[in-house]
Amino acid sequence: MLALADQRLPSGGHVHSGGVEQAITDGLVHDVPTLERFLERRLRTTGLVTAGLAAAACVLADRSDAADALRRLEAEADARTPSPAQRSASRAQGRGLLRTARAAWAAPSATLNWSDLGPRPHHPLVLGCAARAGGVAPEGAALVAAYLAVSAPSTAAQRLLALDPVSVAAVTVRLGPGIELTAARAEFPHLPDDSDPLLDLLAERHAAREERLFAS
Amino acid sequence: MRPDLPMTDSAAPWASPIPRLHALPHEITGLDPHGHLAGPGRLSGEHGPLRIGIGGPVGSGKTALVAALCRVLGDRLELGVVTNDIYTTEDADFLRRNAVLPDERIVAVQTGCCPHTAIRDDITANLDAVDDLIERLPPLDLVLVESGGDNLTASFSKGLVDVQIFVVDVAGGDKVPRKGGPGVTGADLLVINKTDLAPFVGADLTVMADDAHRVRGTGPVVMQSLREDPQATEVANWVLGHVGTTVRERAASHR
Repeated sequence: MLALADQRLPSGGHVHSGGVEQAITDGLVHDVPTLERFLERRLRTTGLVTAGLAAAACVLADRSDAADALRRLEAEADARTPSPAQRSASRAQGRGLLRTARAAWAAPSATLNWSDLGPRPHHPLVLGCAARAGGVAPEGAALVAAYLAVSAPSTAAQRLLALDPVSVAAVTVRLGPGIELTAARAEFPHLPDDSDPLLDLLAERHAAREERLFAS
Repeated sequence: MRPDLPMTDSAAPWASPIPRLHALPHEITGLDPHGHLAGPGRLSGEHGPLRIGIGGPVGSGKTALVAALCRVLGDRLELGVVTNDIYTTEDADFLRRNAVLPDERIVAVQTGCCPHTAIRDDITANLDAVDDLIERLPPLDLVLVESGGDNLTASFSKGLVDVQIFVVDVAGGDKVPRKGGPGVTGADLLVINKTDLAPFVGADLTVMADDAHRVRGTGPVVMQSLREDPQATEVANWVLGHVGTTVRERAASHR
């Protein structure tokens, strides 16, 4: 579980900013307090949804009809991600994590193969399956997903704005209880569907621009 | 071990060793010695095309070298290029604009503010780009991965490329080879570029060559000027030599 939450796990997350690059360009995030507000907002929406999907994948990977159940969950993930740019960012990161997970575990469970997920599955689904493969409980998968929803964008913001890394780390710590609450609310079979039009808009604006450092 | 903490480390005589879960591959009796032909980032086990990384500081002439290699090798080899631009698709656009390769053979990846991470520590974005090229344009002979301009400590992960070229230039100062760094000392080929500028920037080419050979031991060094030799003859020949090796290795692994 710690390995899955570690941003150094080489699965491509570091080229995605989770909307922060566009939020900085558009002037919404410019210092540590505005970053904290942005991250909290992201945690309550994207973070909650991905935590729910990760926990669900972790549970479903164990079912006898796991492949079918995961396919249905893919559709649920699509439906919960209205922005095409966010869908493709999620799939790009899912593909990266799938590569790493394949190298670490032969299969997610006795009833599921990695290839059942397809070449470009949504990131939280791969995360849930990797958690299952590593013997992590669904609550753990949700916790990792919620944590990644804020840790990855905060690193991106720190790089782009050259913020004080200690202050940014303190923000992540302050969000800790919120991350735990989010993970707890994402308990299967509840599949949260909160959305944030601002994040959708930022993702679409980012995908349309010419100059960018991050893939999303 | 901290004496103020009631803990022991594994070197303590009474501490039992941590059991090992699996025998590591090389410990399976009867299978040694064996080679690893699959190579970088290839979980499928197929060798696929040779991958060459081209790295070096900003402005040292990486893109110009890639363009030259594309011009010279483009009609002899099935070729793909991945560029790692810092901010825009500038390098990819340069290659397209100069029509050295058809558009679909060039892919640009974003590196999230950190060009060396994308080629060394977390190579996922680049592996995906290489896989996309291989999938779209079979059968490729060679994929060139050009890094974003970086500093002297940058080098390519062996998971991403088979061999790497490091490009420095004369205008960057003649002490660069002496300063060393993983790129200068460890790359499979060091290219000292823009030798035609030496008289204008007061660089001593002999010093550069001597320093380069000293820090690299027997590793090859090419001094070149793309103005005087737009074909990048020596580098192109070096690349062709490696493509030949890969083809032979592939043939051997199919036997």
